[in-house]
Amino acid sequence: MFGRLTWDAIPFNQPIPLITSIVVLVIIATVLAWITYNRWWPYLWNEWITSTDHKRIGVMYIVLALVMLVRGFSDALMMRAQQTVAVGASQGYLLPEHYDQIFSAHGTIMIFFMAMPFIIGLINFVVPLQLGVRDVAFPTMNNVSFWLTASGALLVNLSLFIGEFARTGWLAFPPLSEKQFSPGVGVDYYLVALQISGVGTVLTGVNFVTTILKIRAPGMSYMRMPIFTWTALASSLLIIAAFPVLTATYAELMLDRYLGFHFFTNDGGGNSMLYMDLIWVWGHPEVYILALPAFGIYSEIAATFSGKPLFGYRSMVFATLGICIISFMVWLHHFFTMGAGADVNAVFGIASMIIAVPTGVKIFNWMFTMYGGRVRFTTPTYYLVGFMITFVLGGLTGVLLAMPPVDFVVHNSLFMVAHFHNVIIGAVVFGVMAGYTYWFPKAFGFTLDERLGKIIFWCWFVGFYLAWFPAYALGFMGGTRRLQHIADPSWQPYLDVEMVGTVIILAGIVLTIVQLIYSIRTRDRRLDLTGDPWDGRTLEWLTLSPPPHFNFAVLPDVHGEEPYWTRKQTALREEKLTEEPKYEPIEMPVNTPTGIICAFFASLCGFAVIWYIWWLAILGLIGAFAVFVWYAWRDEHEHVISADEVARIERERRRVRGELLGQWKPVS
Amino acid sequence: MSATEAPAVGLTHGASEDTGLGNRGPQSKSIVVPYGFWLFVLSDMVLFSALFASYASLVHATDGGPVTNQLFDRTKVAIETLALLVSSFICGLAIIAAKRKNLLWTEIWLFFTGLFGFVFLVIELTEFVGMVRIGAGPQRSAFLSSFFTLVGCHGAHVTAGLLWIGTMMAQVWAKGFEPHIVRRLLCLSIFWHALDIIWVAIFTIVYLIGTLP
Amino acid sequence: MAAAAAPVFLLTACDRGILNPVGPVGGAEKMILINSTAIMLAIIIPTILATVGIAWWFRAGNTRAKYRPEFEYSGAIELVVWSIPALTIILLGGIAWIGSHDLDPAKPLKSSVPPVYVDVVSLDWKWLFVYPDQGIATVNQLVIPAGAPVSFRLTSGTVWNVFFVPQMGTMIYTMPRMASRLNLEADKPGIYEGISAHFSGDGFPGMRFAVHAVPAAQFAAWVASARSGPTLDARSYDQLQKPSSYVKPFTYGSVDPKLFDYVLANRALPPVSPKTTPPAQHVSPQPPTGNNNVR
Repeated sequence: MFGRLTWDAIPFNQPIPLITSIVVLVIIATVLAWITYNRWWPYLWNEWITSTDHKRIGVMYIVLALVMLVRGFSDALMMRAQQTVAVGASQGYLLPEHYDQIFSAHGTIMIFFMAMPFIIGLINFVVPLQLGVRDVAFPTMNNVSFWLTASGALLVNLSLFIGEFARTGWLAFPPLSEKQFSPGVGVDYYLVALQISGVGTVLTGVNFVTTILKIRAPGMSYMRMPIFTWTALASSLLIIAAFPVLTATYAELMLDRYLGFHFFTNDGGGNSMLYMDLIWVWGHPEVYILALPAFGIYSEIAATFSGKPLFGYRSMVFATLGICIISFMVWLHHFFTMGAGADVNAVFGIASMIIAVPTGVKIFNWMFTMYGGRVRFTTPTYYLVGFMITFVLGGLTGVLLAMPPVDFVVHNSLFMVAHFHNVIIGAVVFGVMAGYTYWFPKAFGFTLDERLGKIIFWCWFVGFYLAWFPAYALGFMGGTRRLQHIADPSWQPYLDVEMVGTVIILAGIVLTIVQLIYSIRTRDRRLDLTGDPWDGRTLEWLTLSPPPHFNFAVLPDVHGEEPYWTRKQTALREEKLTEEPKYEPIEMPVNTPTGIICAFFASLCGFAVIWYIWWLAILGLIGAFAVFVWYAWRDEHEHVISADEVARIERERRRVRGELLGQWKPVS
Repeated sequence: MSATEAPAVGLTHGASEDTGLGNRGPQSKSIVVPYGFWLFVLSDMVLFSALFASYASLVHATDGGPVTNQLFDRTKVAIETLALLVSSFICGLAIIAAKRKNLLWTEIWLFFTGLFGFVFLVIELTEFVGMVRIGAGPQRSAFLSSFFTLVGCHGAHVTAGLLWIGTMMAQVWAKGFEPHIVRRLLCLSIFWHALDIIWVAIFTIVYLIGTLP
Repeated sequence: MAAAAAPVFLLTACDRGILNPVGPVGGAEKMILINSTAIMLAIIIPTILATVGIAWWFRAGNTRAKYRPEFEYSGAIELVVWSIPALTIILLGGIAWIGSHDLDPAKPLKSSVPPVYVDVVSLDWKWLFVYPDQGIATVNQLVIPAGAPVSFRLTSGTVWNVFFVPQMGTMIYTMPRMASRLNLEADKPGIYEGISAHFSGDGFPGMRFAVHAVPAAQFAAWVASARSGPTLDARSYDQLQKPSSYVKPFTYGSVDPKLFDYVLANRALPPVSPKTTPPAQHVSPQPPTGNNNVR
C-alpha cells in the first residue's frame, strides 16, 4: 500500500533531525495558524499564490530563496562545527551517515533552491520593468515555473523528516549513487526533487528568452536594452541549452536505480565516466547562469551610483555573450585528473582560462564607470566594491585551477572548495544581496535601513575572508573536501578561524532578517514617493514604487540608450513633466491556480515515486493531465483595467512627481 | 510622450508588426506563442541530444549481449517511419483545413494524424516486446539501456502528442476556431513535425547505421 | 586585506602539503603554481588598489574630483582592457600547454634507475597496493624505494576514489573498469601521507595510507620480509572487499600478479591462487577487457 514507506522512515532515534523536524513543524503550524487567525488566506490566495504578475512571482522566488538560505546555512554551520571539533582523536558530534547528508543537502539547496530562485526572482521582477512592458510573454507559465521550483524545495526539505537525503555529494556521482552503493531513498529524493524543479527552470528560460526577444517597449532595440536585461537573456539562453542535459542525465540515473538499467553501473557495460561528462556539460554553464545576472546587477549599480552611464556598454554586451558561448566548451576542466591525454587537458585548460578575458574586461569597465563619476557609497556600492576585490582573487584561483599541472595537486581539495565559494559568495551572493537592497524600494515602496545594510555587508565580507581563506591554505596542506573527520591536528587553528568567519556570516544572515523587520516597522521614515529613490537611469524607475499591476500606464517610447535618464533630465531642466498622454483600457492576464495545483500533483507524484507508492504516482499523473485539460478549457484569459482607473493611478503618480520636481535637484 | 504613439494595449498587443525586430513595441500573440513554443522544442532537442550522446558512447558496451545487427529489422522500421511521415503530412493538411476554418476536415485530418501516430507506436511497442522476449531488454546491457531510453523517450513524446491531438480535437469541436485554439493547433503541428525530425535522426543513427553489415 | 592575509597563511602551510614536495613531479607543479600566482598577482594587486582608489577618490563628497558624466566610452581604453587579460592568458596558456605535456601523469619519468611497478586498487574504504614484480601486496601502506620512479596502474574495486600523496604531486582518479596511469618519484627517504581525494561513502575520511620511501637496499630487505605474510587469494580478497574504514596497514606475502586485471574486468579471482609466485616480468599493461581510459 505505501511502498517502502514505514514508520522507520521517521528519525525517532536521531535527536538532531527529530528536534529540527519538530521545531520546523511548530514554526510552520504557527505561521499557518497566524494567517488563518488574521484571515489572510483570501489575500494570499488572490494576490500572491495565484498571481500571474511578474513582480509578485519575483518576490515569491526571493522569499523562497531567503528561506532556503537559512536552511542551507544551517547545514553549513553544522558542517563547520563538526570539522572544528572532529579533529584528531575526537569523532565530533555527527556520524558519517549524517554528515554526508548535510554536505549533500547544503550544496543542493544552495545552488538549486537559494542561488537559482534568487537570481530568477530578480530577473522576474526587473526585466519586464526594464523593457518597459507589462509582464512576461507567458504569465501563467511563469506562475507554474515558480510553484514547480517550490515543489522541488519542498521535497528536498521533506527528506529531513521522512527518510533521508542523499549521501553522495550535491552532484550524486555514480557508481556511488547507484542502487548497489546507495540503496536508500536519499538519492531518489535528490533526483525527483531536482527533476521537478528542473522543469520549472527550463520553462523560465523559455519564458524569458521569448520575453526579451519579442516583448519590448517601442524603440527598445537590442543595443538599448539595459545590461541586466542582456545578462538575463544570456542566462536564460544558457538555461535552455544546459538544463535539458541535466534532465536527461538524472533520467538515466533514475532508470538505473528504478528499473535496473546499466547507464552508469559497474556491471552490464555501464560507463560512469559518461555521467561525469553529461553532468558537467550542464554544470559549468550553470555557474554562468548564476554569475552573469549577478554581473548585470553590478553593472546597473555601478552606473546608478556613479551617476554615469555604464562604461563600454557594447564591450559589456560582447563580453557577456562571449562568456555565454565559451562556457559550453570548458566542462572537461572538471576532470583533468581522470587520465585524459596531455593535449585534451591543455586545450580545455586554455579554453577555461579564456573565460577570464571577458570577465577581466568587465572588472575594468566597472572601474572606469566609477572613474569620473560621483560615487555614492550606499549599501549596493559597498557590495560592488567588495565584489570587485573578492572576485579578482577568485578569478586568480580559478585560473590556477584551469591550469592542468596545478589542478593535478589541488583538484577536489579545499583549495577548490574555497575557490568556488569565493566566486559564489563573492559574485553571486554579494550580487543578489546588492540587487535585493537596490530593487527592494521598487517592490515595496520604501527603502531598507542603510545602516544595518552596511553592517550586513561587512559581516558577509569579513566573514567570507575568515571562513574561506584558511581553506585555501588547507588545500595547499593536502586537505581534501567532504571530510567528516580531520586526522591532522595541525589543521585546528585554520578550522577555528573558519568557524569564526562562519559565525560572522551567521550574524549577517540574522541581521538581514532584523533589517527586514525593522525597515517594515519604520517604513514611514523611508517612503519612496517618487518611484526613483536612487536617482536611477533605467525604465524601472519611471513608474511608481510599488508599480501598479500594469507597470506602465502607456508603454514608454524609447529614444536613445538611457530613455528614462534623458526624460528625467529634460523634466528637471524644463521643470515640467512630459505631456499627459491619452489613457486606454489595459488587458491584463487573470490569476490562475494552475501553478499551485500543478505543483501539488507534482509533489504528490514525486513523493510517491520516491517511496515506490505506484498507485499514488499514477493518480498524480492523471491529476496533472486533468489540470492541463481543465486549464486549456478556460475561456477568460484577460481582465480589463478601465481607462479611468489607469488615468487615476497615473495622474496620482504625475502629481507626486510634479510636486517634487522643484525640490528634486539633479546630482550635478 | 505624446498621445499619438502609444496605442499599446495588453501584454502582447503591439502597435504594428511591420519591423519584425520588436523595435515598435511588443509582438502580437500570434508571433509570441509559436516563438516560445519553438524555444521549448529546442530545449527538447537538447534533451534528445544528450540521449543521443549516451547512445553513441554506449552502443558498443554490449557486455556480451546482442549487438545492433542481431536486433534491428530494417523493413519493420521502414514501415514505422513511413507511418510517422504520413502522419506528419496529414497534420499539415489539418492545419490547412484549420486555417480555412473547416471544422469537419480539421477533425478528420487530426483523427488520421493520430491514427498514423498510433500505428507507429504499435509497431514500436511490438518491436520492444519482441526484444524483451528474446532476452534483449534494457537491463541486459548498457547498449540496450541507452537504446530503449532514446527510442522510448521519442515514443513517450509521441504518446503525449496523441493525448494532445485528442484534446485538441475535443477543443476544436467544442470551441471552434478561436484565435487561441488556432495558436495551439499551430504549436501541436510544430511539436509533431519536430518529433519527425528527431525520428529521422534516430532512424539514421540507430537503425540505418546499426544494420550496416 | 586579503592580499595581506594570504601570504601569512601560505607561509605556515607548507610543512606537509603540496608546497613541500619531495619529488620531481610535485616540485615542478609547485613551481608552476607559484609562477602563475606571481604573474597574476602582478595584475590583480594593482587592480584591487585601483578599484578602491578610484571608488574613494570619486566619492560624491570629494569636490576636488572632476565629474565627467559623459565619459562612457574610449576606444583606447577598451583596447587596453581587452589586451591586459588577453596577454596574461596567452602567457599562462603557454605555461599550461607546456606543463600539461611535461607533467602528463601517464608519461614515464626520466631516470637512470628502472621503475618499480605498483598496481593500485581502491576498495571500500582502504587502498590495496599490489607489487606484481615482487608478488606481494600491501593494504594502506605503500613502500617504495627513494630515488626510483614508481609506475602506477590504478583502478577501483568499488566506487570512484582519487589516489593522492600531496607531497609527491599529481593525483589521479581510480575508477571501476577503467585503468589510469600515474608516474611519481620520491627523492628522499621519509614517510608521506596519502589520502583519497574523492568522496566515496561513509568510511571515506578513514581512507588514508602511508607512503614509506626507503633507501633501495632497505626496499629489497622489506620485500623479502614481506613474503612471510598471508596469501591474497579469492577468499581473502572477498574478506578484504567488505566495507571497513581506518584499516591498519598490513602485508600479503603472495598474490596473483594478475589481480589487477581481474578487478579491472570486474571478474572474480580464480578460486585457487598459485602458492609461490615466480619473480615474473611485469605483466602486459593492456587489460584483457573493459574500458581503458589510457587515451
